[in-house]
Amino acid sequence: MRALTKHSLTSGVCHAVPYPGDGVRWYRQLLVGREERERQREGGEELEASTPIGALTRQAQGFEPATSAFPGRHFIHCATTGMSDSSEEFIKPETEDDDPGERSVLSGSGMCFPWLQKHIDSVVTKGKEEKDFAQTTNACLGFIQEALLKHQWQQAAEYMHSYFQILEDSDNNKKQVAPKIIWKLGSEILYYHPKSNMETFNTFADRMKNIGVMNYLKISLQHVFYLLHHGMLDEASRNLSQAETWRYGDKSSSQKVLINLIKAYKGLFQYYCWSANKMELSKLDEDDYACSTASRDMLSHSEKASINFDALIKVPGLWDPFVKSYVEMLEFHGAQDKARKILTNYAYDENFPLNPNAHVYLYNFLKRVKAPREKLISVLKILYQIVPSHKLMLEFHRLLQKSEKEEHHKLGLEVLFAVLDFAGCTKNTTAWQYLAKCLRQTLMGSHFAWVQEEWSSRKNWWPHFHFSYYWATNDWKEDKALAYEKAFVAGILLGKGCKYFRYISKQDHQALRKKVKRIKKFVQKYSIVTLGP
Amino acid sequence: MDLEEAKEFRERCIKCAAVSWGLTDEGKYYCISCHNVTERSKEVLSTEPIPNTKIKAINRGLRKKKKPEKGWDWYVCEGFQHILCQQAEALKTLGIGPELKNQVLHIFWKRYLQKSKQAYCENPVYTRGRKALESGDNPGHSAWDSEPELLSGFSGPSALESGAESQPDGHTRKPVRSRPSQSGMYFCSGSLDGTEYSLRKGIMKMAVPRTLAFCYLSLLWQRETVTFSDLLRFVEEGRIPYINAFEHFPEDMKLYGRDKGIFTIESWPTYEDIYKKVIELAVFLDLPRFPDITEDSYFHPNILCMKYLMEVNLPDEMNDFTCQVVKMAGIGEVGFLTFDPIGKKGQTVKYDVQAMAVIVIVLKLLFLLDDSVEWTLSTVAERYNEENKEDKPWFDFRKWYQVMKKSFDEKKQQWEEARAKYVWKSEKPLFYSSIDKSVVYKRREMVVNLQKQFSALVDSAPTVAKKSPSSFQFNWTEEDTDRTCFHGHSLQGILQKKGQSVITKNLLYWLSTQKFCKSYCKHVTTYEESNFSLSYQFILKLFSFLLRIKTYSLHEEVSLIEKRLFKKRYSEGKKKSSGSKKVKK
Repeated sequence: MRALTKHSLTSGVCHAVPYPGDGVRWYRQLLVGREERERQREGGEELEASTPIGALTRQAQGFEPATSAFPGRHFIHCATTGMSDSSEEFIKPETEDDDPGERSVLSGSGMCFPWLQKHIDSVVTKGKEEKDFAQTTNACLGFIQEALLKHQWQQAAEYMHSYFQILEDSDNNKKQVAPKIIWKLGSEILYYHPKSNMETFNTFADRMKNIGVMNYLKISLQHVFYLLHHGMLDEASRNLSQAETWRYGDKSSSQKVLINLIKAYKGLFQYYCWSANKMELSKLDEDDYACSTASRDMLSHSEKASINFDALIKVPGLWDPFVKSYVEMLEFHGAQDKARKILTNYAYDENFPLNPNAHVYLYNFLKRVKAPREKLISVLKILYQIVPSHKLMLEFHRLLQKSEKEEHHKLGLEVLFAVLDFAGCTKNTTAWQYLAKCLRQTLMGSHFAWVQEEWSSRKNWWPHFHFSYYWATNDWKEDKALAYEKAFVAGILLGKGCKYFRYISKQDHQALRKKVKRIKKFVQKYSIVTLGP
Repeated sequence: MDLEEAKEFRERCIKCAAVSWGLTDEGKYYCISCHNVTERSKEVLSTEPIPNTKIKAINRGLRKKKKPEKGWDWYVCEGFQHILCQQAEALKTLGIGPELKNQVLHIFWKRYLQKSKQAYCENPVYTRGRKALESGDNPGHSAWDSEPELLSGFSGPSALESGAESQPDGHTRKPVRSRPSQSGMYFCSGSLDGTEYSLRKGIMKMAVPRTLAFCYLSLLWQRETVTFSDLLRFVEEGRIPYINAFEHFPEDMKLYGRDKGIFTIESWPTYEDIYKKVIELAVFLDLPRFPDITEDSYFHPNILCMKYLMEVNLPDEMNDFTCQVVKMAGIGEVGFLTFDPIGKKGQTVKYDVQAMAVIVIVLKLLFLLDDSVEWTLSTVAERYNEENKEDKPWFDFRKWYQVMKKSFDEKKQQWEEARAKYVWKSEKPLFYSSIDKSVVYKRREMVVNLQKQFSALVDSAPTVAKKSPSSFQFNWTEEDTDRTCFHGHSLQGILQKKGQSVITKNLLYWLSTQKFCKSYCKHVTTYEESNFSLSYQFILKLFSFLLRIKTYSLHEEVSLIEKRLFKKRYSEGKKKSSGSKKVKK
């Protein structure tokens, strides 16, 4: 779940990774797939997740790095890469992690060569020797990072005291990036330091907002997260409003996306109020007098929120939490058409970065409004292309099986094979069961070529990957049903001589004896090894 | 509080009936004797009575704004003179005799002004360019046309005094002359000649690093007990004003614009760089042969070796060996040691580096430092020490290494931390122009505020009290169980008798450099760390850290002395890696 909120705020890390030549799409898919899996692991079923307060505090947790193995690493990482913006061209995807708008535009060209950084630095100084002042600040930064890693907040604060002088650096480039680094380090220190308190943090944030106007909005937003984390909703909301109305000549227009983002967070606040109303409403009797007031409040909140959300979700980017809450409100108030429009746009607009969640949302929505099967299949087809290992793929398979079209049946088989390509799915009994069933049907329907086609690219590695002796003993010990399904598939694909099949069929188990006999028979008849030329 | 301005107010104080008024910052009168503040303010008296306080405040604001712009008229070289003066004062508080400032440094500085045609000469550079500018001014009041005025400051026996304590003198010197800068944007510096100075091309322009060259030359002339590396270390420790030295200029010496480039410095002085400047300066000043460096002066290798042996915690007995090496290499002779800028074409000895190098050579003679012999000898010494606890202990290289390694790592860590924490920026920020000024001051204020906030988070426990200045960085005589003091240990274990003489047990020796660079590259040799034994690496690292020089400088010095010691070997072209050499005692 944390990954998800990070997505909305800092946008996916995966897009900043360089894509090697031809493998671009594959690599991208792999990464997205992994992210997606992580999300599922962390957040459980994505859609049923959020009570509203949960949603908001989770936003705040995106701000809290303590949950990672090395607290502060995220911050520090940004701080280090931010060190020399002079080479912004090369490292933009890394340094601009706070700005999803810009990020998504740049996502394709993101390249990152750590060794290049040093080289660029030396070019920037034009071969002149680095001044000791720069050495001091660099060393100081190093010490701060080390102290943060070791949770030595005291020491970090001590070094920070000296590090502030970078704000007076005569090198303009450094002077400009400095506020951002200082904010990241400083807020981290103040977050954990035992002597720090809310007041200190607020003063610090207010000071930092006014150093270098370009940081005003970002810092405001992070300040809001901090306040949320400490449960100061009103204060946070006030800060958001303040940030929303902030103007600074041309500078504010260049940060339109950020302003929109802040507005959207404002919308999220309204969503929160709306949900509270909804909860209240559900407790009330229908004829209660308060009932109409509550529903009126809900409507006004939802209207306000929709204005705030609208601006942002038109801009390409990853806006999952906003879209989700927006759609929920719209659906509740019966604006299904608008919800559908928003979700369709979010999923299909080509300018938006590739986002599996967009398709998941759309699919779930269509399911709720009972859209035709054809429609559902077309949505999941795209999801299948992006994340072949997605949980919904089994559902996809069922849909395809129900369809009358032959090509859908073929795709159904393909989908199952693809799901089982992923190590995370190897123990998914349902998937194996489906595959067994599907194989039986396919072969009985004499579509031998379909199976052959899928198998040819896997026959080199599936035997070791799924059907080794190790797995046979292991599966049998842990899950007999799984072992049985797998044995069936193994028998069909590899013939009755394969280790897995032999091991399982030799196990003399009372309950399964009949089953084993049946599959033996079937394998004898239909194994592709015997059927093959 | 301007007493002059308050003179016109002649009423009696209500409380004490005295008539002695001062002006408060807010422009109100207060009684000097009883500190009673009146309701009446300056503006009310001098202009029409305006009850509106706001306007008063604006008035005040304007007046205040104008004031700091003015300041005195001063020249860049005066600024440097001021820095030199502070440095000399600082040296005095470190225990250097007052003659250094009053006589030597003063003469050098005077000579510099003369040679660079800034003063004490027929046609100083300033008058040439400035005539046009000053034509409108009253020439009688001009400071530089009547050049002796500067001289008059110098003429007394303690001429440099004028830099620091001449504030009243300064007032009389340039009382009313209006600055050319006020008439237009022509000048963009606080000093009169800042712009001109930074544009001027010519040899030996004054710069902040060069002030240290002046200091060292004076120290050397006086044969004071401060080596070059000590001087730089004192600068680093903040005992001698260097970085942001301009902070201590008198209030009215305003710096901005071009002055910023001239007086701010963002790097530590490095040995090599300043050393080069020392020689340049000495040659430029055309200095005669310096006082002789004899065996009893501090810079003589025998004495310095003794000092550094104590510093690095080696037995006193080793001094005999260093003296012999010095003698054999011929680096202890007066002619060799004495600095003679003209006679020797700008060659001088790096006394401190040389002494350290001699110690390295002695260590190589005694222990070979090939990562094997020294450990074998240590084992012998260790065994002996265990068996004879009552005797004077034999020197154990391994134990010494352990103690030194620990102390060195600690010291280096402290040093690095101190460097990382160093605050470079002056409390009095410099700016380029008045447009720049508000930004710079705002930044400064922000930094101060942030620092205040974070210093509240730091433990209030007082940081380690600043140590008093010392030419030693380690103190081994203290009672401390971890830090054995090796000064009194004997070298018995590594010597053996042979006939009447005593020779070292180790009879081998290897040369740090087999072949010297003869091409046009400036270095004599190179130091590729990985080619050398670990103990040699450690010793070079430790010693060069103490002197704050690069390791290769020390290695180079070692090689150069070896070249003198083993002249024959080099000239014969025999390049055996382990020439044997016996040291007789």
